Amino acid sequence: MSVAPAEVDLPRSADEVTPDKPWLTIVWNDPVNLMSYVTYVFEHVFGYPKPKAEKLMLDVHHKGRAVVASGTREAMERNVEVLHGYGLWATVRQDT
Amino acid sequence: MFRPNKGGGASVWLSAGEATLLRTLVVPVMELLNDPARPTPAPAPEPPESADLFDDLEKMFNETTAAAPEAPADPVLARLLPDAYQDDPESAGEFRKYTESSLREAKKYFAQTLLETLPAEGGRVKLTADQARDWLRALNDVRLMFGVRLEVTEDFEEQLATLDPKDPRVAAFEVYGWLGAVQESLVRAIAL
Repeated sequence: MSVAPAEVDLPRSADEVTPDKPWLTIVWNDPVNLMSYVTYVFEHVFGYPKPKAEKLMLDVHHKGRAVVASGTREAMERNVEVLHGYGLWATVRQDT
Repeated sequence: MFRPNKGGGASVWLSAGEATLLRTLVVPVMELLNDPARPTPAPAPEPPESADLFDDLEKMFNETTAAAPEAPADPVLARLLPDAYQDDPESAGEFRKYTESSLREAKKYFAQTLLETLPAEGGRVKLTADQARDWLRALNDVRLMFGVRLEVTEDFEEQLATLDPKDPRVAAFEVYGWLGAVQESLVRAIAL
């Protein structure tokens, strides 16, 4: 006779989906893009007021990168496509 | 340098030499985006109503099994069309598969706007707000090309100062600086 294990170990993997975590649009520092231009892009693409756009631009500049938006994966991918059109170096990832 | 127009957009006066220089710099960006090794597929015609279901399924199957493209080998093109995911080649490839050709077309369109609004003999360039935004993006792509080729850092003026005056890169750095000044003036002219 055998006894069913009390607990079943579910397989785990590094890329396990965590649906509750939002997705992020990240912009990386780049030596070419002008600070005024990056601020303009954040204002224009996201509709951010100038102080917020400037703060994000300075975060990118000083910290090397900044999260500029969060939401669904689809929306973040659309952001990245638009930002690539402007020549910003942008990526998508899920929040950890 | 650019100044705001009354009622939106911006204007600039360019010498014949400046107009020629801009044209000479934008054309190679367009050619790079046209890379014949990675042709952009022609838009598929609308399938007729009576299309065979199995044909459709076969097409879908073929599409989903096609290898996802990798980042371009040319470093300038890789900067103009960067990966959307870091450390995730599978997601980056999927994203590229569905967006790269439209991004190439968009960038070529911005460059085309610049070429079409640039007077051959120089003179006044008067841009609408939409055209000004296309110019900003086209100028930025040209500057990115210079940035990669010259390995520009944030202190490009220091880089320039350390070059031998006879170094052929001196002229390129000076053009890069001029492009930055033009772009800066355009941002300021149309800023919200």
